[in-house]
Amino acid sequence: MTPRDRALQYARRGTLLSGLMLLALAGVYVRALMFTPVERFQGPAQKIFYVHAPAAWSALLAFAVTGLLSLLYLWLRDRRLDLAAAASAEVGLAFSVIMLTTGPIWAKPIWGTWWTWDARLTSTLFIFLLFIGYTVLRGAVTDPDMRARYSAVVGIMGLVLVPFIHFTVVLFRTLHPEPILMKPDKPSLPPAMLVTLLTSFGVFTLLYVGFLAQRYAFGVLEELRAEEAASRA
Amino acid sequence: MADTIRAIVAIAAKDLAVEWRTKTALVSSLAFAVLVLSVLFFARDPTAVGAVDVAPGALWVTFTFAAMVGLNRAFLMERENRALDGILLAPIPRTAIFLGKVAANLAFVAVVEIVSVPLFVLFYDVPVWHRLPELILVIAMATFAFVVVGTLLSSMVVRTRFAELMLPLLLLPFLVPPIVGAVQVTARLLAGRPLSEAGGWLRLLLAFDIAFFVISTLLFDATLDE
Repeated sequence: MTPRDRALQYARRGTLLSGLMLLALAGVYVRALMFTPVERFQGPAQKIFYVHAPAAWSALLAFAVTGLLSLLYLWLRDRRLDLAAAASAEVGLAFSVIMLTTGPIWAKPIWGTWWTWDARLTSTLFIFLLFIGYTVLRGAVTDPDMRARYSAVVGIMGLVLVPFIHFTVVLFRTLHPEPILMKPDKPSLPPAMLVTLLTSFGVFTLLYVGFLAQRYAFGVLEELRAEEAASRA
Repeated sequence: MADTIRAIVAIAAKDLAVEWRTKTALVSSLAFAVLVLSVLFFARDPTAVGAVDVAPGALWVTFTFAAMVGLNRAFLMERENRALDGILLAPIPRTAIFLGKVAANLAFVAVVEIVSVPLFVLFYDVPVWHRLPELILVIAMATFAFVVVGTLLSSMVVRTRFAELMLPLLLLPFLVPPIVGAVQVTARLLAGRPLSEAGGWLRLLLAFDIAFFVISTLLFDATLDE
């Protein structure tokens, strides 16, 4: 199988998976709105949580994958790792936009303010901006090898930066709700809500995989076309 | 080891000698620092906010902006006539090139800071003289942090399009921990509070310095090999 065929296969599978997951997302919302109880204190505003938290998870997963693939790239120097890292960063940016728009919509009725400089908000905002820088940097370097090395360096540094930004803002002060799922004792969510939330997490994770496969395939095809153009010239 | 240190000193001395002969970057950074300090003085409502309240922020915005103007210089001059290739041919470890550049940038930023601090005291009328040793410690820790990261990023950025725009875009997220920490400590010093009150911030600064010094030194090689 040629690299081109393999890329096209990734693209097809990615499209199929993303399509299925978008349908599943509609299903999650039917369940969240019709079959999941309304939260007693927050009322209907809490429903946005079923999109917000999973989108945030996918975004951070995507950026963490970019960081790890960057590390692997510098070690193994396989161009596919670089393309996958870049694809993951772009998909992460898309999920970040969902996270950063749904968050304020929820915060306005609940906290009484669209935005607050809380630890998690601030960290995610700066990670988002850092990866915008990452993407812009990729666009500003023409040589593919140099682009791969430079973006890998920024990706790895980003990975190290995230905990520092988090501690910085924690030292400043914090307001965000405490984690609901990932905490030492068992999750503090009623079963019906928990099932909806976990389904949504699953859907968003697979949606990430689907988008990643498509974006990666696109990157490979772009590169192949650039090589063809170069060999013809 | 002694050879490496000699190489670091040679690289730094070369950079500073070149800068000393033209003084272009130094003079513009200094003028820029004075400009930022004085413009920020007016960026407040004088009837509601005292100069002392904006002083720590103004000081650190000045330092970072003035440093950013000068940071690209270190690798920009190596781009002309492909001078970097010449240095790479020298039988010295590549780490020495990075550390030499960091040392030269530190010296450059230090000069800007040494000139800015008295002006800062003068303009903002802040009681800082009796806290000078502590202030110098904080300035040194935060400056080290952003010079190390800035030097690494500038080594890549100068070889891209829009280099001048790219450095602030990439560098600013990395400045969040050191600058927020430095502003917090400075504010406590200016308010006459003991340094122990800012222990958490100092630990954060120290951890940042160590982590990014190690990682930047390790990653520098990856920005070069061709």
